[in-house]
Amino acid sequence: MTDSNGSDRKFKWVGTRPIRHDGVDKVTGRAHYGADFDLPGMLHAHVLRSPHAHARIRRIDASKALALEGVKAVITSDDIPELPLDEASGPTNFSDLSRNVLARDKVLYHGHAVAAVAATSTRIAQEALSLIEVDYEPLPHVLDIRAAMAPGAPILHDHMRTKGLKEAPDEPSNIASKMELTRGDVDQALAEADFVIEREFETATVHQGYIEPHACVAQTNEDGQTTVWASSQGHFMIRAYSARLLRLDISQIKVIPMEIGGGFGGKTTVYLEPLAIVLSRKTGRPVKAVMTREEVFRATGPAPATLINVKFGANRDGKIVAAKCELFYEAGAFPGSPVAAGAMCILAPFDLDHFTIEGYDVVLNKPKTAAYRAPGAPPAAFAAETVIDEIARELEIDPLDLRRNNAVSKGSQAAYGPKFSDIGLIETLDALRKHPHYEAPLGENQGRGCAVGFWFNAGMQSSAEVKLNEDGTAVVVEGCPDIGGSRASLAIMAAEELGIDVYKVRPVVADTEAVGINDNTGGSRVTFATGMAVIEASQDVVRQCCERAANIWDIDAKDVIWQDGCAVATGDGAKKLDEEGKLPSMPIAEIAAGAARTGGPITGKASLNARGAGPAFAVHLVDVEVDRETGKVDIVRYTTVQDAGRAIHPSYVEGQMQGGAAQGIGWALNEEYVYDADGVLANPGFLDYRMPVALDLPMIDTVVVEVPNPRHPYGVRGVGEVPIVPPIPAIANAIHDATGVRMRKLPMSPPNLLAELTRAGRA
Amino acid sequence: MATVILPARFSDWTGGVEHVDVDARDVRQLIRALDERFPGLGEKLRDGVAIAIDGEIINDPLLEPVEPDSEVHFLPPISGG
Repeated sequence: MTDSNGSDRKFKWVGTRPIRHDGVDKVTGRAHYGADFDLPGMLHAHVLRSPHAHARIRRIDASKALALEGVKAVITSDDIPELPLDEASGPTNFSDLSRNVLARDKVLYHGHAVAAVAATSTRIAQEALSLIEVDYEPLPHVLDIRAAMAPGAPILHDHMRTKGLKEAPDEPSNIASKMELTRGDVDQALAEADFVIEREFETATVHQGYIEPHACVAQTNEDGQTTVWASSQGHFMIRAYSARLLRLDISQIKVIPMEIGGGFGGKTTVYLEPLAIVLSRKTGRPVKAVMTREEVFRATGPAPATLINVKFGANRDGKIVAAKCELFYEAGAFPGSPVAAGAMCILAPFDLDHFTIEGYDVVLNKPKTAAYRAPGAPPAAFAAETVIDEIARELEIDPLDLRRNNAVSKGSQAAYGPKFSDIGLIETLDALRKHPHYEAPLGENQGRGCAVGFWFNAGMQSSAEVKLNEDGTAVVVEGCPDIGGSRASLAIMAAEELGIDVYKVRPVVADTEAVGINDNTGGSRVTFATGMAVIEASQDVVRQCCERAANIWDIDAKDVIWQDGCAVATGDGAKKLDEEGKLPSMPIAEIAAGAARTGGPITGKASLNARGAGPAFAVHLVDVEVDRETGKVDIVRYTTVQDAGRAIHPSYVEGQMQGGAAQGIGWALNEEYVYDADGVLANPGFLDYRMPVALDLPMIDTVVVEVPNPRHPYGVRGVGEVPIVPPIPAIANAIHDATGVRMRKLPMSPPNLLAELTRAGRA
Repeated sequence: MATVILPARFSDWTGGVEHVDVDARDVRQLIRALDERFPGLGEKLRDGVAIAIDGEIINDPLLEPVEPDSEVHFLPPISGG
């Protein structure tokens, strides 16, 4: 595979907008999601959850539940292996994961799973839950970052010692780890700066808000083979994690992916699947488990609340010279917040010689956090980009000019270490400058704000096969659940390489036994990494087709090229065919039809650990109108500009940009977990956890910039995550422009904004 | 020789050394060389760490080639959402 990024290539399908192959099923309701699957004899599973935020489990008595007619099994942590505390692979600690799936010894948040029941109906299973007797010893709980870090705080894990400190501590702590990035001499640089701005920011816990709750069906046969039907962002992850937690061979579990109704990072781990598997093994019957909306809010993985302190030094000439950042992220009940990513992103857009960034991962009695679209980056950008706006105002410099003057570019050393290759930050800033929105007039009580966002994007493992059918049509077999139109993009790439119509390519998301290993759909990696695998597999098919044609023609294979879906003879080969009066061209359909006689089926495959994922930058511009009597903020106009490298299917790139912006708007203006003093979530539903709907937002304008990623054959960069990063600071900056008030706490909801307006005398 | 930049979180093993030149042709050799120089560091670098070679981030690195003029950084693994 060459490193050409497609810059000099004339594409036939890349950049077009074919109808997605899964579209008809999705809009007619035929598509099968996680809960849309039933089997004969199926049981229904429900989970008993902790009523306490923090408590020791003294005893569980399920005898009365088991005696209820229709109940076939009750399981607790006694029914799953106890894993060593340090059993980990990469960033995943499997002991923590196991204890999150089913509490062992202690419950650590309200809603923490304690037991699970399988019964012949949902009603009986729910009645059985009420018959399970659990003797708890309530413990003091802690729900706030500052309180969790304070001396004397209730300790969640007696064995936990803070990692990353210069001297290993003796005492347990709720600070799981500290990480640090440094460059230059930040104290000296700050001391020499013309002025310094220091601010503190606070964000609340928010949920990814996917419409589809977690759901799965597990069936175990008499030979111990288990099949799981599940919606997720990674069925290979479900298989691997379930096998690890339950000490099964991976080959004993097959996972069939259902369609997924949203994930955004929240479905990159397991909650119900191990429970359903154990219940199916215990009962010998299929078991279905579906979360309620309330369970999704109380007991899956939200994005963390954060505390961030930033200190920027700048000179009057517009140069930002130094920055000091402290990030404290809530991990929830077990370590593993995205504070490292937040720390690596917070200064990523800026070319800085002097900085210190510290990140702290803090546990407390809330559900274990999970990934949410560019995890860690949005709160970090809220802090940094708000202060950048303050600096622009202080210096009376256009905010885009200030960012451009301090922007990273090719060859800059990223704040997190490596040098950037080709990146598109300056191109996105310039594109926004030229957009008519930038100079459009504003009305009364309206303000305008902008902000930049960054995300790394991932590569990771992907496998694909491209199979040529007997009539020259093709099937693309891949293993990444489709959460954003990736099937269509992969079909486009296969069609481009094979030279056939994209509607003659059928993309399939295959189960764990039908395709090689694929890492999760997430990290903005599928179009990049699985796309790379599909291109490689398609090129393998093309190579085989050329060989077959050469054999049929009885010419040297080096004289055969591929053009517009045909093998074409060139050079001496073409001369020979001319002499014989034969056409020097053989279409793919002819080669496919004769495949049995020329060597057998033609299948291309590729498996890789993709490297060279190109980082992405975006800049957003928003106009808001503020009602000074109520504090309500309306989004009047919104423009997103983003470097996509190469937009394979522009509609789905635009969709990611708009979707990320919509989620960022909700995060900025309204969303937060509200807890009472007992650690009980007070708003576990879409009525009171208010996310933007179509009526809340204007059309979000999208501008796709293409600075090709040199490490992808078509120049692709991931697009799914970076668009959630700029909205929060862009809106905060627009609110300041409209009212003169700086919001440094999320959400910027009507009561919160009204309080600030009142305090500032601007209500 | 490749230049390796070592983050502060490994200072327990490196004694605060931030830059070191290493002669290695791939990641496995590089980690082995670092472990010889800073005993115990190898185990920390083999799991749960991503690597950036000349700006490219790689998860689960082992056999990726390292050029004589490469710049290598060790990073927390980032997978995304």
